[in-house]
Amino acid sequence: MDKKQLMRGSQVIGEAAVRAGCRFYAGYPITPQNELPEFMSGAMADLEDGTFIQAESEIAAINMVIGASMAGARAMTSSSSPGISLKQEGISFLAALELPAVIVNVMRGGPGLGNIAPSQGDYFQATRGGGHGDYRSIVLAPAHGQELADFTRDAFEYADRYRTPVMILADGMMGQMMEPVVFPEAVNPSELPPKSWILDGAQERPSRIIRSLILDTVEMEEHNWKLARKYRMISNEIPRAETYMTEDARLVVIAYGTAARIARGGIRRAREMGLKVGLLRPVTLWPFPDRAIREMSRLVKDFMVFEMNTGQMIEDVRLALEGRSNVHFYGRPGGIISTPDEVGKAISSLYYRQHLKEDR
Amino acid sequence: MEELVFTRPRYLKKTPFHYCPGCGHSIIHRLVAEVIEELGIGDKTIGVPPAGCAVLAYDYFDVDMGEAPHGRGPAVATGIKRILPDRIVFSYQGDGDIAAIGTAETIHAANRGENITVIFVNNSCYGMTGGQMAPTTLLGQNSTTTPGGRDARRDGAPIDLSEILALTQGSVYIERTAVSSLKNIIKTKKAITKAFKAQMAGKGFSLVEILSPCPTNWKMSTIDACRRIDETVVQTFPLKVIKDETE
Repeated sequence: MDKKQLMRGSQVIGEAAVRAGCRFYAGYPITPQNELPEFMSGAMADLEDGTFIQAESEIAAINMVIGASMAGARAMTSSSSPGISLKQEGISFLAALELPAVIVNVMRGGPGLGNIAPSQGDYFQATRGGGHGDYRSIVLAPAHGQELADFTRDAFEYADRYRTPVMILADGMMGQMMEPVVFPEAVNPSELPPKSWILDGAQERPSRIIRSLILDTVEMEEHNWKLARKYRMISNEIPRAETYMTEDARLVVIAYGTAARIARGGIRRAREMGLKVGLLRPVTLWPFPDRAIREMSRLVKDFMVFEMNTGQMIEDVRLALEGRSNVHFYGRPGGIISTPDEVGKAISSLYYRQHLKEDR
Repeated sequence: MEELVFTRPRYLKKTPFHYCPGCGHSIIHRLVAEVIEELGIGDKTIGVPPAGCAVLAYDYFDVDMGEAPHGRGPAVATGIKRILPDRIVFSYQGDGDIAAIGTAETIHAANRGENITVIFVNNSCYGMTGGQMAPTTLLGQNSTTTPGGRDARRDGAPIDLSEILALTQGSVYIERTAVSSLKNIIKTKKAITKAFKAQMAGKGFSLVEILSPCPTNWKMSTIDACRRIDETVVQTFPLKVIKDETE
């Protein structure tokens, strides 16, 4: 086990990617994630088999990742919200071509150019696919430095296992914050399981095609169902959620990423006032941990979704609950970072409004 | 005694071409396949087909083929080549793919000196989508989106992408040829050979722009379409070695 290191979030992702065997990175500058491509430029230069390309655009960067993935490499690109919009074409192709790749979104305020402050405005884009066509991407939502390291490793593992793009959905706060991290052991790319589908020249085997154009409607339908079966398998295998002080909770806050971290502080303050409040934190945003939420609804009749946006994940919470419990919302869009005190007040006012203080 | 004088190249599959009668793609596919065979690189070549008429190129070339989104061929090829520098990587692109939607990817791949080869097929229209104006459509040329002919003030003038690419430091070999006559076809094959050889020698970015007939969208017979290339298209896109720094 490696020792603890103090590192900035963006660089944690970079170091973890290299340790996961990532040998190809292409990106384009955008705040607040520039430390990640800067880190990768040095890290890849230090490796004999590493490639770093500062691409001419976000679109070129994701397409370089497509090529590197076709050639068998563990490949990554990163950006922030407006840049991720530009990458959507490539993400749709990655899903259609069934290519593994890792995409990091260090979210900032939007829409449009918005600002460079932390936000969670891209939840819909990330979890609904974002690009065109009938596909999904795996979306992981770290909340602190250690998870940036751990989930980056997971992202590459999932991408290879399911041959599909995986997004790490972070935000400007996580990207900039320095925290102590212990990294997982480094993987040697040459020791990873060989990929039977890559394009490396038809030596002593028939030539291969990687394509997404399927003009025949029956064949296209079968490809869509094949992808759907894969997505169903992923939905059964990897949903993850974490709970905090939920054992006796009458009100459970549902929040992810930085919002979940702030919510913990709010919950501690509410607990000090004697309120029975807990936290459920989705760790995978797609697949959404709806079973964990549904199970909790047997004991909890009030949920408060807290997001750094005007209300996006709340739709998945409602879908998970199917009317079993009340769903309330507290959100701050635009790059505003709520304080734990503020969230604590939102929790307590809801708690009293719903008469949860009274004995049942 | 019978002697075999003409056969299918080793690296073309036994799949009938879907291309229109008189289309230049069939000839160009054959030339590329012949060059791959003659250079002995079939088992280490990876091709990147475009979006456009040649989107199904992977059904014809019997080498590894990986599809790129529209215009992104040079970026995808860059990713493949950087991971597998000892393989031979080519993209095959039409004029809309390379000179409109993929302009940025192409110029920057050339400027970085990516050691790849681009086959750029210029038929001066968007063939697959039904004959709209392409960046290479000639002034005065009719298309489904330039009623009355392309007008420089309304539509801009045709773009000399190959000449622009030749200005980049990373490009080493750029030639414009045609498949309008036997003589031009032989020259085109020589150019393709030279482009692949430049890559094999690790010299940098190579590109062959090939003027190709589109009898369907030009609404002409094949013979008239070839004559149009030789008499009219070459006025705007002259056949020549635009850059050669391979020596």
